[in-house]
Amino acid sequence: MASTEIARQAGEGARAVPLSGHVGFDSMPDQLVNKSVNHGFCFNILCVGETGLGKSTLMDTLFNTKFEGEPTQHNQPGVTLKSNTYELQESNVRLKLTVVNTVGFGDQINKEDSYKSIVEFIDAQFEAYLQEELKIKRTLHSYHDTRIHACLYFIAPTGHSLKSLDLVTMKKLDSKVNIIPIIAKSDAISKSELAKFKIKITSELVSNGVQIYQFPTDDESVAEINSTMNSHLPFAVVGSTEEVKIGNKMVKARQYPWGTVQVENENHCDFVKLREMLIRVNMEDLREQTHTRHYELYRRCKLEEMGFKDTDPDSKPFSLQETYEAKRNEFMGELQKKEEEMRQMFVQRVKEKEAELKEAEKELHEKFDRLKKLHQDEKKKLEEKKKSLDDELNTFKQKKTAAELLQNQAQQAGGSTTLKRDKERKNFF
Amino acid sequence: MSESTKPHHPPPQGKGEKSHGSDFSYVGIDAILEQMRRKAMKQGFELNIMVVGQSGLGKSTLMNTLFKSKVSRKSVQPDPEERIPKTIEIKSISHNIEEKGVRMKLTVIDTPGFGDQINNENCWQPIMKFINDQYEVYLQEEININRKKRIPDSRVHCCIYFIPPTGHCLRPLDVEFMRRLSKVVNIVPVIAKADTLTLEERDYFKQTIREELRANGIDVYPQKEFDEDPEDRVINDKIREMIPFAVVGSDHEYQVNGKRILGRKTKWGTIEVENIAHCEFAYLRDLLIRTHMQNIKDITGSIHYESYRVRRLNESNALFTTVSSDHVLQPKTNGQSEEQLGAPQANGVAAQHEALSHEM
Repeated sequence: MASTEIARQAGEGARAVPLSGHVGFDSMPDQLVNKSVNHGFCFNILCVGETGLGKSTLMDTLFNTKFEGEPTQHNQPGVTLKSNTYELQESNVRLKLTVVNTVGFGDQINKEDSYKSIVEFIDAQFEAYLQEELKIKRTLHSYHDTRIHACLYFIAPTGHSLKSLDLVTMKKLDSKVNIIPIIAKSDAISKSELAKFKIKITSELVSNGVQIYQFPTDDESVAEINSTMNSHLPFAVVGSTEEVKIGNKMVKARQYPWGTVQVENENHCDFVKLREMLIRVNMEDLREQTHTRHYELYRRCKLEEMGFKDTDPDSKPFSLQETYEAKRNEFMGELQKKEEEMRQMFVQRVKEKEAELKEAEKELHEKFDRLKKLHQDEKKKLEEKKKSLDDELNTFKQKKTAAELLQNQAQQAGGSTTLKRDKERKNFF
Repeated sequence: MSESTKPHHPPPQGKGEKSHGSDFSYVGIDAILEQMRRKAMKQGFELNIMVVGQSGLGKSTLMNTLFKSKVSRKSVQPDPEERIPKTIEIKSISHNIEEKGVRMKLTVIDTPGFGDQINNENCWQPIMKFINDQYEVYLQEEININRKKRIPDSRVHCCIYFIPPTGHCLRPLDVEFMRRLSKVVNIVPVIAKADTLTLEERDYFKQTIREELRANGIDVYPQKEFDEDPEDRVINDKIREMIPFAVVGSDHEYQVNGKRILGRKTKWGTIEVENIAHCEFAYLRDLLIRTHMQNIKDITGSIHYESYRVRRLNESNALFTTVSSDHVLQPKTNGQSEEQLGAPQANGVAAQHEALSHEM
């Protein structure tokens, strides 16, 4: 039986070897791309902003379709997130796009908790992915990734500065998702005001330590364009799905009495820049950042919270399992204790209720007895009365018969004794 | 809170015109392909190939021929003498090669000593252990809390098994090895030194091999069950009709018809390695490198690695059951129980612990 001997050489110091002919692995990127095309892509955008800032319209404009949905009312009690998934196709690329909208953001009187539902939603997507990743039998390959890849934060075009709600929300979101701030409805701001507004916003973000998404500048082919775009953040956009005839072309625009704002005109707004950056240049980087930075951070925090630690190398899988087991037992123990408590409380309550009911029953019995007694007394009285009445009646009857008898006798005895009888009669009565 | 709608009105199909102003219907979604390509080029690729076979079958030469450079162990080792090691060794050497801007880290894992002893029992064990060790390393990194941005992939993607050109049928050693290893790694069997077989002998040999593989239930790459769609199936069926490839390797160039090509020169003629009329090296190269490399890596990652992971995590579960387990644990059928690290008692997959493990 051959015993084993493992020798590993140059794992770290791999040598560079020149090729003397065409091997053919330059087709690897193509193979990779083909596989991805067959599989399809998915991209998830979260739109955060107050109601009425044109979020849905901007999405429609960006992706050139009419996503369904009517504008929401302003009377929502809290912030909810509504997500819709669409399948788009362009040439041979299939994209599963999910657009998540914040409904009711900024409409409440007390906006302290507005950011909470957004953070919860993002965390829930991370959690779902983490669960899938931790499963024993998992299907990561066909898992529909719902993690938010980009968050478009709509800033109201006040022209002054960021609202405190914006600052707070962005601060809470910057470690969870790639934030791209944009100035919505920017046709309400003039050019000079816009420049000042942008500077103000950027400085406020920096001074508050909000980390917005920076377009990557490490790849030479896109470094230049990305760095110029970085300086144009936040993008001032205008969205429109209506088409207006300008010259001899139909362009997407908003028509006012004093002029027409063309969406795709770079002098009018930054829509083209946004589309370029978001979709045409950096979509893949956004997805990668979400996976390698934000998701990893979430995963690390969650696992550390659950009590897992990276212990020394040879006990790793066991420590994971061990801690898990220990926690599970702890949890079960707690659960049992709680059950006991509840059971005891229940028993107690039942006892109390029973005692109460018994009391009530006793009372009722007593009442009944009393009533009965009363009833009997009355009955007796009535009977006595009846008896006395009967007696009277009897005596009367007797007297009556006696009187009638005498009367008859008197009649039979003749009329001579009428006087006597009269007298007797008088004496009798 | 989330609804998924059926494919809504698909946008007017933009035919990929890059000019922004003229074609409004072009959104630019297909630019993601270019972005992916850029990312892939920047990151580079990794490929780990293992060659297994008796000594003298031309493994090192074939590796050199495949990658047109001196990538084999023999070319790297300073020790030129050919000695057959007393035990099976596993030697892996990494190279960074580049072609047209695409960088690849190629690792060739050699197994000198395989099948060379008098008693070859269990000679596959060190190899299986090595493969499982690579899976283990990857798994450890994956379940780390602080894990690297890109987990270095040292898993064996493909194992080329060299069949000696006897012309008759597979030997018991071949059958045994392939049977066990086809469950953990993609096996590509090749007939080595195919220039000793005539075309008829070659065809007959191939047919016999295919039948024997089928009879023993050995699933070599491309596995039938992992075909993704009908197109794939058609392509893969064609390949399945041709395996095992009968190859000849050479790293010497000769002058034939005015061109310099790789070949073997003999007294009766020159065998051109890349001529498909002479041998099937070109098919092997195309399969491995030009068309199916990504697929090979995918199957390793999503199927072989996943099944290793399932086994491993189930075992860890079985070790930690607090309930007194009177469960009947079935013994593993593919003699891997000896190789798993630190799992002496639990030598089976306890399906009953699925509920427990799923919560993890």
